[in-house]
Amino acid sequence: MAHKQPILDTSPKVSDEIRQTTCYMCACRCGINVHLRDGKVNYIEGNRDHPVNKGVICGKGASGIMQHYSPARLQAPMKRVGPRGSGQFEEISWDEALELATDWLGAVRKSDPKKLAFFTGRDQSQSLTGLWAMKYGTPNFAAHGGFCSVNMAAGGLYTFGGAFWEFGDPDWDYTRYFMLFGVAEDHASNPIKKGIGKIKKRGAKFVSVNPVRTGYNAVADEWVGIRPGTDALFVGALIHELFRAQQIDLDYLIRYTNSPWLVIQDPGAADHGLFARDEEGNPLVWSNEAGGFGSGKVSDLSASLTGTRTLPDGRTARTVFELMAERYLGDDYTPEAVEERTGVPATQIRKIASELAHVAFKEEVIIEREWTDAWGRKHDKLIGRPISMHAMRGISAHSNGFQTCRMIHILQILLGSIDCPGGFRYKPPYPKQTPPNLLPHGASGDIKPEMPLGGPHLGFPHGPHHLLLDEDGGPNRLDKGFSWDAPMSAHGLMHMVINNAANKDPYGIDVLFMYMANMAWNSSMNTPGTIDALTKTDENGDYVIPKIIYSDAYYSETVPFADLILPDTTYLERYDCISLLDRPISEPEILADSIRYPVVEPDRDVRGFQTVLIDLGARLGLPGFVDDNGAPLYPGGYPDYIVNHERKPGVGPLAGFRGKDGTKFGVGEKNPDQLKRYIENGAFWEQKFDPEHAYFRHANRGYLDWGIEKGIRLTPDATIFQLYSEPVQKFRLAAEGHGDRQPPERARDRIRTYFDPLPFWYEPMEESMVDTEKFSLHAITQRPMHMYHSWGSQNAWLRQITAQNRLYIHSSVGERIGAKDDDWVWLSSHQGRVKCQVKLMDGVNPQTVWTWNAIGKRRGAWGLSDDAPESNQGFLLNHLISELLPAGGGGYRYSNSDPITGQAAWFDLRVSIEKADGDGKTEPFFEPLGTSTQKPSPNKVAFGAEFRRKAL
Amino acid sequence: MHPAYSVILFTTSSGAGYGLLFWLSLAHMAGRLPGGAMAFIAVALALVLITAGLLSSTFHLGHPERAIGAFSQWRSSWLSREGVAAVATYIPAGLLALIWLIGAEAGVTKLLALLSATGAVATVYCTGMIYGSLRTIRQWNKGLTPVVYLALAGATGALLLGAMMSIFGAAADWVGVVTLMSLVAAGATKLAYWRQIDADPGQYTTEMATGLGGEGGSVRPLDPPHTKPNFVMREMGYQVARKHTRRLRRLSVIALFAVPIVAVLIAVLASGGAAILYLIATLTAGWGVATERWLFFAEAEHVSQLYYGANRA
Amino acid sequence: MTCLPKQTDKKLGLVIDLDICVGCQACATSCKEWNTSGYSAPLSDHDPYGADPSGAWLNRIHSFEATTAKGVSKTVHFPRSCLHCEEPACVTVCPTGASYKREEDGIVLVNPDTCIGCKLCSWACPYGAREYDYDDGVMKKCTLCVDRIYNENIPEEDRVPACVRACPTGARAFGDLGDPDSDVSKSVAARDGFNLLDEFGYKPVNKYLPPRINSVQAAPAAEEPAAPDGSRLEKLFAWADKALSR
Ligand SMILES: Nc1nc2c(c(=O)[nH]1)N[C@H]1C(S)=C(S)[C@@H](COP(=O)(O)OP(=O)(O)OC[C@H]3O[C@@H](n4cnc5c(=O)[nH]c(N)nc54)[C@H](O)[C@@H]3O)O[C@H]1N2
Ligand SMILES: Nc1nc2c(c(=O)[nH]1)N[C@H]1C(S)=C(S)[C@@H](COP(=O)(O)OP(=O)(O)OC[C@H]3O[C@@H](n4cnc5c(=O)[nH]c(N)nc54)[C@H](O)[C@@H]3O)O[C@H]1N2
Ligand code: SF4
Ligand code: SF4
Ligand code: SF4
Ligand code: SF4
Ligand code: SF4
Ligand SMILES: [Mo]
Repeated sequence: MAHKQPILDTSPKVSDEIRQTTCYMCACRCGINVHLRDGKVNYIEGNRDHPVNKGVICGKGASGIMQHYSPARLQAPMKRVGPRGSGQFEEISWDEALELATDWLGAVRKSDPKKLAFFTGRDQSQSLTGLWAMKYGTPNFAAHGGFCSVNMAAGGLYTFGGAFWEFGDPDWDYTRYFMLFGVAEDHASNPIKKGIGKIKKRGAKFVSVNPVRTGYNAVADEWVGIRPGTDALFVGALIHELFRAQQIDLDYLIRYTNSPWLVIQDPGAADHGLFARDEEGNPLVWSNEAGGFGSGKVSDLSASLTGTRTLPDGRTARTVFELMAERYLGDDYTPEAVEERTGVPATQIRKIASELAHVAFKEEVIIEREWTDAWGRKHDKLIGRPISMHAMRGISAHSNGFQTCRMIHILQILLGSIDCPGGFRYKPPYPKQTPPNLLPHGASGDIKPEMPLGGPHLGFPHGPHHLLLDEDGGPNRLDKGFSWDAPMSAHGLMHMVINNAANKDPYGIDVLFMYMANMAWNSSMNTPGTIDALTKTDENGDYVIPKIIYSDAYYSETVPFADLILPDTTYLERYDCISLLDRPISEPEILADSIRYPVVEPDRDVRGFQTVLIDLGARLGLPGFVDDNGAPLYPGGYPDYIVNHERKPGVGPLAGFRGKDGTKFGVGEKNPDQLKRYIENGAFWEQKFDPEHAYFRHANRGYLDWGIEKGIRLTPDATIFQLYSEPVQKFRLAAEGHGDRQPPERARDRIRTYFDPLPFWYEPMEESMVDTEKFSLHAITQRPMHMYHSWGSQNAWLRQITAQNRLYIHSSVGERIGAKDDDWVWLSSHQGRVKCQVKLMDGVNPQTVWTWNAIGKRRGAWGLSDDAPESNQGFLLNHLISELLPAGGGGYRYSNSDPITGQAAWFDLRVSIEKADGDGKTEPFFEPLGTSTQKPSPNKVAFGAEFRRKAL
Repeated sequence: MHPAYSVILFTTSSGAGYGLLFWLSLAHMAGRLPGGAMAFIAVALALVLITAGLLSSTFHLGHPERAIGAFSQWRSSWLSREGVAAVATYIPAGLLALIWLIGAEAGVTKLLALLSATGAVATVYCTGMIYGSLRTIRQWNKGLTPVVYLALAGATGALLLGAMMSIFGAAADWVGVVTLMSLVAAGATKLAYWRQIDADPGQYTTEMATGLGGEGGSVRPLDPPHTKPNFVMREMGYQVARKHTRRLRRLSVIALFAVPIVAVLIAVLASGGAAILYLIATLTAGWGVATERWLFFAEAEHVSQLYYGANRA
Repeated sequence: MTCLPKQTDKKLGLVIDLDICVGCQACATSCKEWNTSGYSAPLSDHDPYGADPSGAWLNRIHSFEATTAKGVSKTVHFPRSCLHCEEPACVTVCPTGASYKREEDGIVLVNPDTCIGCKLCSWACPYGAREYDYDDGVMKKCTLCVDRIYNENIPEEDRVPACVRACPTGARAFGDLGDPDSDVSKSVAARDGFNLLDEFGYKPVNKYLPPRINSVQAAPAAEEPAAPDGSRLEKLFAWADKALSR
């Protein structure tokens, strides 16, 4: 019986309409085409023209439909009616919600603005939230950077005016040797994947330095399965080898770095270890040509890299280069000396060092292209050392991360590989000055009722005089940022806010206002302790943190702990602005920013948070949010603000399509059609720049001038790389007793030890304080590529991929404790213990155990049923991570953070492991969170059935 | 393989039905089948069992209402062939039933019986071949698979015939002998089958399935694609413990062969009580064949499981 | 149609580069997203917010640890979907003809309007590439995005499978493996592309490219003679002075 092949409609209509916007399934901010059919989102793909993702999409982005239609979405503003955590809420109107918030916030502002703590998590509108907090006048504002990766930002910005994170990229087109340190996913999610694909196809070598071999690290050509927290030893040994083999780019060092600068050698003096300077304050070098001292700022090619000099005042000074060589050529950094601690064989270190040297100096990339350097010297070609490096939280989430990050930058710079062809490239508006000239604000004198702060909260102190202290020299910020506990905490310490507030250390607050941060769960250290802090009551039975306002879009673990919920929209329902004033989306050759706009209208009583914040600003009468008559400046909400707000004349949130007719960019008058132009352009704007400006931008005359013209740079001076960091030394000098700002006694030693102007390795704090025989293993987490922190588990598609996490252990550990796949174990730290299931593997450092981050969920949240694997078998490592270090000498407990930047040291965790008796449930096991307002989740999803394209 | 109850019921019930049809047809051709009500009830029972089986097999279909389409692909598909054979067998068997129901004497009954018997064999052979032809499952992909199906259908059918005849007081030694012979034959084929599958370690490995590990290397799953089992894992990843298997095999040998053989033997040798003995034999055999069929699925290992942790299939 | 075509005009298929795949799941979710409202819509999910979430997916990403005979271990991410075999029994066993291999391009498809959901085809597939949709009652499988690759309603450059369009690393390529001059055939030839379970004999059209080894061959710096810090430094400084005075 012949059967005819059916005739198919191979050209079915895909959708009624495509709207282009910006993805927010993670912070990477790719461009997406959202297909709509019958008013419903039916397909999301990457936007081919978009500078970030150039058409591709990731596992999360392609699951946006399930996020957008999640049953866990909040429905309306809510007021808490039961105890915190009970989930007893009453839905209220927006008017009531905003009045309530205005009452609470207004009262605090009138009495003591410090009593408001406003912290935002996955914020992409920090330039607005920061401005709002500044105008409100509280010092207590920060976003997530402090618990995220401030070590990378600070380490990079203090060193070379750029940073890893998503602020720079390997030169994927030319690089021949790529080293990736401690990255599982990173913010530049799609760009890194594209880049890795690109270099692998080209046959460039990819070396991964990571205790775990999965994901990106699985496709590396060479895996360095390092022991956590020891990267600075490994990198130090590479530097040692390069020095020893005399394989460094001396010309690059002289041109672009402070390695010829002279450092005063006068132990005990107030300026010991600072740069010798001339009257104008220019650092001194020894100029061979002039046969005398010269300025370090003029890039004198005859400056001497070596030699001890006698300064005009008779004291001696030595070059940075010599100090550096002395440190890294020392016996501490020989490959043999670091082999055992790092777990990296000396032979492998030597091999990598010689490969680096080989590629940098024998395989240099030359691009014939004219350019002019900052000092007016013309060059006819670009010489590239095709070595690139990238690093993120594997480095930053340790308490020695700042110094380790700086050490990696030093390695890059010694090889001459910053912003050269094949090297690491800045993304504009980077590079900035070193040290950056943005200073923190919020010292005690600055805080007055109903007065704005004198400037932005966050910045980069150049020394003790920039700390934000109270009258007694104690911290003025609730999170103790910019105090002696964490002097260079450029992003604040969000992980300390709740616990400090509950302990009234340094002081209590009246209102905690949070946005988009799941602080009652995965973004806190010591989650059980944080939950206690949120519900802690005083002797009268009142909550110690009296009022909590929170904006979330979904029923997360934090929602039930708030008193007032301001429900946000999903990312497809609102305006957003991804601004150059905040975290740019630029690519190395492209200046770019972007927006989101409502591609579908909300079907619930929810409002975009930014619009709500602007409304609150107006209700509170904050300067900048109301005009002279007290009328709202931006009655149209966030879109109104995006178009009409100006930071400086002609500079607003969006750089593109400025000027009356939309033809200007960077600086230009407001354009009422700006958003329309963005929407027409695919929700982004980009400006490719002159190829002459593509490299060496820290010292590229054309680029520097262009940057000033376009408002993205503040000075025309070159950015000179600070291999030796003077601001760091200034803190050390204070600890040694110099200057009028003195650390408390308990902090002196700590600062003297860790504030070394030249990067060095030290044992991570927790490791140095706990019994490492007992807690013999390191415990770390990785991000799954298909999950974004806690959001993914409400996604019907993504949670099928990972509904439960296991603890991955090396086969030898399994053997030692007699555990097989899926057996239950107890994992203990000095903080507590967790029960979980194991999975054995070979591709992990034998002294390390790890798990996927934020898969464990609390029952009752995210629209999941009480028997969901996420809450019954899944677990969080956070329960084991203490927010405080054990008490040291003097009994003071410092934050579990980098002593320099305050970066949360998530990955310092030390644990012990033992087999547990089998009952199949995780511990600690939390009471289910209640909910009185959320609708039950469906037990079946058959999305798209209505769109079936029939066969003919 | 996941032992779906609908499929177990289908193959065992229709197998017994076809076996009964086969023997009664043969008996009729040989002139040994008592006429009257007995003949009708026998053929009707066969048809009921067959129909119950076929109906139950539609329970596991996603779209039973489209089942008609399943007859179309007899050129390549054993399942389709089975459908065609089953339907084709209904015609002579149905006519036989009709003729015997109305008690008409017709010369064609022998021809109809011949066709019914052939149809029964063909249908059961097709059923066996649905499984036997699947190279993805080494336990099934054996020459013995359709033979076992035929032998078991024959044995259970013979038992039914014997039971019926004894109930109708028409017990005859020849039925006993046929039953015994078919039970012994079925037992022997099944044991041979088990020996054969136990001796076959499987020729495919995870290394082949993934192309990884190279010569002499090994491959181990790290993470499955999804946390919870998917269709393929549920359907093809069913596993029973070795110990459990051995026990069940023993039980099914006892219930399906040992007890019935003894019972029938006694029935043949002793005088009287045949009906009870046959009934006992039939019931235990029914239970035994269901166990056997459950095992047939549960023991079957599917090549696709190489991607999900099996290292050989 | 259950009988296989004698030959097909083209052999369209995918080439998956295991050397590059990082296991990001983009191809899996993009596939789900496209196909849940596509040719064989929907791809249903059961207990999506409960204890045992599962659903129909046409592409799944495994990860394996492979150890060579020499003890070298590697983690490999491994996407797996229908391989559009040349001689697959998944087609021939189908009683209804719902399962068929297209003459024009070799794509193996299930007709969702005639499939009775007997699941036999899934038993016949050694690769576990067919997924039954319990809710819809029909078999689902990779369609090679037959409703994209010829679709005149989408821009020409996008007429590739959703998974290929999505893949951020470029580990997936689509083309005619029957044409030795196609890009995909050339990369298979150049990279020793292989068949999964070749021994089984279904002749998969999709090919996999093995992980490869890239290395920079630089002579490692000689091991250090046990020199004291001081002399190491002196040597470096002398070198630097000399190098710079040139
Ligand atoms: N153990 C361990 N813990 C860690 C880390 C680790 O590596 N290991 N990483 C740390 C790091 S770097 C970070 S950045 C933090 C991240 O931790 P969080 O900043 O808490 O990030 P999310 O879990 O994504 O939660 C953000 C909240 O935003 C809500 N949300 C989602 N979309 C929207 C929206 O559109 N509007 C609003 N208003 N809310 C929305 C979510 O529902 C969720 O409640 O976790 C930290 N915690
Ligand atoms: N899919 C997805 N993407 C995300 C996020 C997400 O939740 N999901 N979160 C976003 C956020 S907020 C952030 S901060 C970024 C972070 O992105 P990543 O920096 O990639 O962060 P992690 O996933 O924590 O990966 C840390 C890596 O460091 C390794 N590691 C741990 N300790 C050490 C060490 O001492 N040395 C070395 N060399 N390696 C070490 C771990 O094994 C792990 O591979 O990702 C962003 N992108
Ligand atoms: S990387 Fe992030 S922003 Fe880009 S598509 Fe994926 S989820 Fe969306
Ligand atoms: S992979 Fe499986 S489903 Fe696809 S054609 Fe081959 S046998 Fe059939
Ligand atoms: S499930 Fe559908 S496609 Fe598969 S064999 Fe049965 S009828 Fe054919
Ligand atoms: S070709 Fe289409 S159907 Fe097949 S795996 Fe890729 S996206 Fe899925
Ligand atoms: S999208 Fe590409 S890299 Fe990601 S899992 Fe699929 S094939 Fe691998
Ligand atoms: Mo982060």
